[in-house]
Amino acid sequence: MRGDSVEERRFKGPIRGQLIFALLFLALSILLISQLGDQTKWIKKTKFAAQPRLWPMIALTGMVFFTGLHLWRLPRRKILHVDLQEAKRWLQVIEYCVWFIAYVWVVPNLGYLISTLIFLPALAYRAGYHNRKMMTFAACIGFSIVVIFKSFLEVKIPGGAIYEFLPNALRSFFILNF
Amino acid sequence: MDVLVSALEILMRWDVILALLVGSVGGVVIGAIPGVGPAVAIAILLPATFSMDPIVGLTTLLGIYGSSMYGGAIPAILINTPGTAVNALTTYDGFPMTTRGEARRALSLAYSASFFGGVFSVICLILFAPTLAKIAPLFGSREIFLAALLGLILVIVVHRGQTLIAAALVCFGILLNTVGLEPVKYTKRYTFDQSFLSGGIDLIVVVLGLFALSQAFYLLNGDDEKIRLTKLRGGMLQGLRELAKHPRIAAVSGSFGVTMGMIPGVGEFTAQFLSYSYAQRSSKRPEDFGRGSSEGLIASETANNAVPAAAMVPLLALGIPGEALTAMMLSVFYVHNVVPGPQLFANQMDFVVALYIALLILNVLVLVFLIFATNSIINVVKIPNRFLGAIILTLSFVGVYSLRNSMTDCIIAALFGVIGFALKRLSLPVVPIILGMVLGGIMEVKLRAGMARVKEPLDFIDRPIAFILFLMIVGVLILHVRRVSAERREIKAEKFANKHASTNFGFYLKNRQTRIMNTRSKSVRRSHLRYSRRDK
Repeated sequence: MRGDSVEERRFKGPIRGQLIFALLFLALSILLISQLGDQTKWIKKTKFAAQPRLWPMIALTGMVFFTGLHLWRLPRRKILHVDLQEAKRWLQVIEYCVWFIAYVWVVPNLGYLISTLIFLPALAYRAGYHNRKMMTFAACIGFSIVVIFKSFLEVKIPGGAIYEFLPNALRSFFILNF
Repeated sequence: MDVLVSALEILMRWDVILALLVGSVGGVVIGAIPGVGPAVAIAILLPATFSMDPIVGLTTLLGIYGSSMYGGAIPAILINTPGTAVNALTTYDGFPMTTRGEARRALSLAYSASFFGGVFSVICLILFAPTLAKIAPLFGSREIFLAALLGLILVIVVHRGQTLIAAALVCFGILLNTVGLEPVKYTKRYTFDQSFLSGGIDLIVVVLGLFALSQAFYLLNGDDEKIRLTKLRGGMLQGLRELAKHPRIAAVSGSFGVTMGMIPGVGEFTAQFLSYSYAQRSSKRPEDFGRGSSEGLIASETANNAVPAAAMVPLLALGIPGEALTAMMLSVFYVHNVVPGPQLFANQMDFVVALYIALLILNVLVLVFLIFATNSIINVVKIPNRFLGAIILTLSFVGVYSLRNSMTDCIIAALFGVIGFALKRLSLPVVPIILGMVLGGIMEVKLRAGMARVKEPLDFIDRPIAFILFLMIVGVLILHVRRVSAERREIKAEKFANKHASTNFGFYLKNRQTRIMNTRSKSVRRSHLRYSRRDK
């Protein structure tokens, strides 16, 4: 929501949510700077430039100072309904984080190929693609991803625990390629 | 000549040629899909390149970086949506040309201008390489510290209107880099006694979270767009002839691209802005700009394609990445124990020249590919956004998990994904975090080394290059302060212009009405309360 003041009209980007973000960032910065003495050390007989505390101190001072100034220069200093709606939108993506973590958890158990063949079509279904064409397309893409990365590029992804049930010859083939 | 032969020998390998092909074709396709972009692709592919030779891995990543802007012009021109962020200016003149029925001409011109920009910058840098090789060794710890500081200051000030939050995000990046076991005194910093934080926060995990996962979340959380594509007929070579009619604009834009690319923290946007402004000012028909001007299209496309090769200069010569993509490439060097910096230029010049020749070949490959395959490539634009989000989420897993097979890395990446998503929604930049992480680390090491021989503060800038860099930093800060104060004056003037006797009187009446209404409401409520008490 954009108001009528000159500052609001000239503000770069949307105003909704800016105040909540700045407040959260400032709170995090203050919380971290309060832990500076506890989480870093100042060592005696060591030059200033080599002090382990120097750079965290610079970084946190900068975070508090610049976020404080940013907050002060924000065109709106009152949390409105649109700000809360925006914050709710940020929290909505936690659902996809859970999808991602679940996928990461499943891969070492079911194997990369099976997990991907389940995950990608399921996520596509969740995203609203319910027709058979898109499901098949998702499965094909999932298969291609596994073949390109695991079989050709040989990226380090462990074989699934489920492969242990396969016969010897197939087991090593699946662990190496899928 | 020996260097050239040796560079060609490095490139004459089947895996390098394959990397060039995959990088160029892959980059064009990635660039053509709005919502992916080279940063996402490079972040995902980064761990996969660790097992390759440095030249193979870097050629693939450079291929994606250099060719994505060619691809990004396709949706910018055809559907008014830039494929990559740097193609935003292309929509100004490209899309109006499409609406006039000149889509093929616009695409052809964009390809030709991009080709010119790419080749121009590589030739400039090959010619400039011997001079660079002489200058680079003059950079000691102090100079590299000051250059990194200049890069950080520039990345803050180029975010006009967002400098304060950009500065805070740079500091956040510096803090992230300090987390873990400090390498000199072996003390823990911000680990909160958690073993997973002792090793520090991996740059690639942060990059994947901020670029790839956040983009996946953004697409999955958004809506699909209906896309109508224009059919293209005819050849694609017309643009080269048209480009030849504007040699001055092409050369100046290319020069802006090369210069801005070499300065850490500046990059494509400033180069484009300067080139576009120059082209508009010097044009005989400035009124056409933004309405389908061929000169505008040439200026923006030439400038942005001249940047990738130039952006490799601070990375290779000083070990200082100027923007997020080269910061990611730096990790490829580190993994292979190749330390970019003055020594690389002095000892492995053939490697540097090989990279530039690879970029030159890449531009030719991409142009040839696009001339024949544009009609097929434009179909990738049709992939629905949320489906694309699901694919990016699946691909992000490869990037994060293949690093160390660590669940913790994946959780950290997901956390940064949420932060990146919020930043995207607020149109706040993520690049300052990445550059803060990379340049902050470099600054810490170089300051420690540089201060070893410094007795008085002024000794730090007693060498000519250090002094020049110091003057540049002071100059940039003065210019920024002047610009900010000018903007504040403008705001004040605008406020004053809207404020006169009648508006003041209007506000007075409005306030008075509110006050009366409030007083009246209070008295009404009080009387209602009285009546309700009586009822009881």
